[in-house]
Amino acid sequence: MVAGPPRAAGLQGQAHRVRAAWLFLLPTLAVLAAVAGWPLLRTVALGFTDARLSDLGAARWVGLDDFAIVLSDPDWWRSVGNTLVFTSVSVSLELVLGMAIALVLDARFAGRGALRAAVLIPWAVPTVVSAQLWRWMYNDTFGVVNDLLTRLGLIDRPIAWLADDRTALAAVIATDVWKATPFMSLLLLAGLQTIPRELYESASVDGAGGLRRFVAITLPLLRPAIAVALIFRTLDALRVFDLIYVMTSNARSTATMSVYARQQLIDFQDAGVGSAACFLIFLVIGLVSVGYIAVLRPGFAAGGR
Amino acid sequence: MRASLPHRALFGLAAAALLLFLLFPVYWAVVTSLKSGSALFAVDYLPPRPVWGNYVAVFAEQAFGRNIVNSVIVASTTVAVALALGLFAAYALSRVTFRGRRLLLYCILGVSMFPQIAVLTGMFELINRLGLYDRPLGLSLSYLIFTLPFTVWVLTAFMRELPVELEDAARVDGAGPFTVVVRIFLPLMGPALATSGLLAFIVAWNEFLFALTFTLTNRGRTVPVAIALISGASEHELPWGRIMAASVIVTLPLVILALACQRRIVAGLTAGSVRG
Amino acid sequence: MIGVLLAAALCFGTGARAEAIAIACGSVGIEYQLCKEGAEAWGAKAGHQVQVVQTPASATDRLALFQQLLAAGSSDVDVFQVDVIWPGILGRYFVDLRKYIDAPTVDAHFKTQVENNTVGGELKALPWFADVGLLYYRKDLLDKYGQAVPATWDALAAAARTIAEGEHKAGDAAMVGLVFQGKAYEGLTCNALEWVDGFGGGRLVDEGGKITLNNPHAVEALRTAAGWIGTIAPQGVLNYAEEDARGVFQSGHAVFMRNWPYAWALANAADSPVKGKVGVAALPAGGAAGKPTGTLGGSGLAVSRFSKHPAEAADLVRYLASPAEQARRAIVGSFNPTIPSVYDDPAVVKAQPFLGQILPAMKSAVARPSRVAGDRYNQASSIFWNAAHDALSGRAQPDASLAAAAASLNRLSHDGRW
Repeated sequence: MVAGPPRAAGLQGQAHRVRAAWLFLLPTLAVLAAVAGWPLLRTVALGFTDARLSDLGAARWVGLDDFAIVLSDPDWWRSVGNTLVFTSVSVSLELVLGMAIALVLDARFAGRGALRAAVLIPWAVPTVVSAQLWRWMYNDTFGVVNDLLTRLGLIDRPIAWLADDRTALAAVIATDVWKATPFMSLLLLAGLQTIPRELYESASVDGAGGLRRFVAITLPLLRPAIAVALIFRTLDALRVFDLIYVMTSNARSTATMSVYARQQLIDFQDAGVGSAACFLIFLVIGLVSVGYIAVLRPGFAAGGR
Repeated sequence: MRASLPHRALFGLAAAALLLFLLFPVYWAVVTSLKSGSALFAVDYLPPRPVWGNYVAVFAEQAFGRNIVNSVIVASTTVAVALALGLFAAYALSRVTFRGRRLLLYCILGVSMFPQIAVLTGMFELINRLGLYDRPLGLSLSYLIFTLPFTVWVLTAFMRELPVELEDAARVDGAGPFTVVVRIFLPLMGPALATSGLLAFIVAWNEFLFALTFTLTNRGRTVPVAIALISGASEHELPWGRIMAASVIVTLPLVILALACQRRIVAGLTAGSVRG
Repeated sequence: MIGVLLAAALCFGTGARAEAIAIACGSVGIEYQLCKEGAEAWGAKAGHQVQVVQTPASATDRLALFQQLLAAGSSDVDVFQVDVIWPGILGRYFVDLRKYIDAPTVDAHFKTQVENNTVGGELKALPWFADVGLLYYRKDLLDKYGQAVPATWDALAAAARTIAEGEHKAGDAAMVGLVFQGKAYEGLTCNALEWVDGFGGGRLVDEGGKITLNNPHAVEALRTAAGWIGTIAPQGVLNYAEEDARGVFQSGHAVFMRNWPYAWALANAADSPVKGKVGVAALPAGGAAGKPTGTLGGSGLAVSRFSKHPAEAADLVRYLASPAEQARRAIVGSFNPTIPSVYDDPAVVKAQPFLGQILPAMKSAVARPSRVAGDRYNQASSIFWNAAHDALSGRAQPDASLAAAAASLNRLSHDGRW
C-alpha cells in the first residue's frame, strides 16, 4: 500500500482518465456502429418501404403497410407462437437438466474431469453439423431414433418426427436441448462451486436431508448464476435460426420468427415486408431483455472499483 | 464421508446415462461416416465394414482443405481484432467511472443480441461497397458484430477483478492510461485473453448464416457452409456418408481444443456470471 | 527471350484476345465435372480462359446467391446455370440470347423449354438439360401380382393396395404402395401440379396471369392425393424430398415412386437392391378429363447483363448446349438432352435406352407458372405448396385450402396483373 495521495494528479487526472476512456472506446464503438448500427438502421428504414431485394434503390415509402401485412399474416403469428413455445420449453428443460448435470459434476468422484470434458462436446459441435446429425437420426425409415424406440417396444410404427405437425417442434426442441444443456450446466456448475462446503456440512449436522439442503442453500445462492444462464439462453432461443432452418427449412410447423423473416426477405425477395418482420423481432427481443434485467436484477452492478 | 452403495450405484447410473445421451449422436456420426452407398439406408449400430472412402472423397471432391484454411483465417482475424479493441474498451468500462458507463455496457452487450437476420441486408450492402464480398476479410468484419461485444464483456468482467493498487502504483509513477493497459494489465490478462479468444474463435468458426450469404466461391467459403454444400452426383442426392465424414473432420479439432482448454472455457463462460 | 517474343507474336498474331469467362454451374459430383470438362474444352478451342465457380447444391440456396450477385451488378460470373423456374425471377439480369445465337440453333430445342425461357419476348436462357416428373414402378412386383402399369391414379391406388397387402401377408411389413415428394417445398409444387394438371385442372395460372387453380378438377385431384396418405403412402411422405422417396424405393420398400429421371441410374447401380427390377412410365391421368403429364424441370444457361464479354459468354453457352455436348452429357451423366434429335443418336440410345422411353413425357411436360409470376414466383409457389400440404395432411379440406390459396394469389398478383 503506497502511502501518500494515490490520486496525485487530482481532478485533472480524473478528467484525463475519462478522456482516455472515451478514446479507448472509440474504435469499438465505431466498429459496432458500422457493422451493427448502420445495418439495423437500414433494416428499419426499409421496413417502411416497398423495396424488393433485387432493387433496393427503387424503394418507395409506404408507411406502415409492411407492418400491417406482417401483423395480419397468420404465418407470422404461427412463427411467433413457435418461437415462444420453443424458447419456454427448451430453456426450462435445459435449466432442469443443466442443474441435474451440474450437481452430478459438482460431486467428487473419479473420472469427473473426463465427464466434464464429455459434457463440452455437444456444445463444441457446430450447429449445422448437429442439425444434420439429428435430422439423420430422426429419419422415419432409416433413423436410429425410430429404430431404438421400436426395439425398446415403445412404438410400433415409425414416427415421422420432423414431418408430423405434432412432433416436429418437439423433435427440434430435443435437439436444441442436447446442444445447449452443456452450456447451462457449465454456468450452473461455476455457481455451484462458489458455494462453500461448510454450509452443506453444517446443514447436514443440523439434520437437513439432501433435498432440504438443495432448496434452502443451493438455490438461493445460485440465483445470480441461474439468472445469467436464463438470460443468455432465452435470448439465444428467441433468435434461433440455424437449427430450425437446417432441420426443417421453412416448414410452418416449426418456423420461428427468424425463419419467417428470412423467407420473406430472401426467398420472396420482399425487402419491405422482410425488414418489417426483422424490426419486429428486434423489438420483441429488446423487450424481453429489458424485462429480464428489470425483474431479475442479476448483479451486473457497475459499481466499479 | 462416503455415500452408501445404492447411492453410489444410482449416481453411477446417472453418470452413465448422461454420457450416453451426450456422446451417442457423435458416435452415430462416426459410424455413418464409415459406411457408403446403399449401406447408409440401413440401421447398424456398429459399422459393418469400415469404409474410409468418405473421408478421402471429402478432400478430393472439393477444396475442403481450402475451406478449413479460410475458416482459420476468418476466425483468427476476427478474434485478434476483437481482442485488441476489446482490451482497451474493457479498461474504459471497468476501471474508469464516467457518466453513461452502465448504459454503454448494456448497449454493447445489446448488440450481441441482435438477431442476425435483422442486419443481413445492411451488412451485405456494406460488405459489397467495401469490395469484400467473397473474401475472408469480409466475413471477419461481419463477425465483429458478435465477437467484439463478447470479448468486451468477458474482458471487462476479468479486468474488474484486478487490484486497484497496481493501477494506483503505476499512476503514481506517472504512467498514463495507455501504459497502464499495455504494460501493467496486459501481462495479467493472459488467461482472460486466451479464454475469450478461444470462445470467440469457436463461435466464429461455427457461424453459418453470414458465411452462407457473404461468400460465393471457395475463395472465401468456410467450413460450415462447405458441409452444407456437400452433395452427391446430382442436385437431389444427400450423401450422408460424406456429410458425416466432413462433420467428424470439423468437429474433431474443436472437441480436442475444447477438451484441452476446458478449464479456460468454463472460466470464460462463467466470467461475469458469478458475482462474488 | 526470343522464345517469349515469338510466343507473344503468336498470341497477338492470331488476333483473338484470350478473355476470362466465369461460369456458375453445378457444385460437386458428376454435374460439376461434366460442366468443367465441357467449359474447358470450349476454352481450349476458342482460346479463352474458363473458370468454373462452385455453387450450393440446393436450388433454393443457389437462387438466393444468384439474386444477391445480380442485384449487386457483379460481373464476377458471366454464365449462369438457371433452373427452369428462374428465367422469370432473374430474367431482367440476362441478355437476350437471340441477339447472339441464330434462330435455327435455338429452335432445335424442345418448344416447351424455349417458351418457358422466353420472358418479355427475349430468350433469357438456352435450354441445357431437361427433367420431367416420372412414375417409377417395380416391374417384378407388378408381374408377381398380375398388375398392369397403371394409366390412371385410381388404377395405381388399386394396384398399390393389392401389392402392398400381398407383401405384408408374405412377411414384408415395411412395403408401402407409393412414395413421392410431399414435404412443403418446391418439390411439392411439382407433384401437386402433376396431380392438378393430370386431372384436367389446368396449370394454376393461365398464360394471361389469371389465377385458375381453384376449380373442381383441382379439388378432386387434391382430394384423391389426400386419400393416399396413411393408406398407400406412409405418413412420413409429408416430409419427403427427392432423396427420402428414393431411399425408400431403392431399398425395395415401395411399389411406386414419383421422382425425377436422376433416380434411374442410381436405382440400377451395382449396389442397388432393386437393380434391374425398375420400370419407368409417364405419370397417370386422373378422372374423366385427365391426361398423363409431368412437371417440367431441368436447367438452361444464361448470360449476365453485367458480363464484360457477352459475345464470348454466349458462344460458351452455344457450345455447351450443342447436340454433341448434350449427347456426351447424356451418355456419361444421364443428363436428358433438350434437343429431340439427340434422342435418336445411336450412341446415346445405346448408353441410355431409358431416354427413349421418357421422350414423350418430356415433350408434353407442363411448366410451372414462373414466367408469368416473375420475381413473385417463389411466394406464389409457396402459397400453392402450403395449400397442397394442408390438404394432404388433413389440416384443411381441399376445396377450402384451394379457395384460400386462390385468394392469396389474387392478392399477391393484384388480381392477375402480376
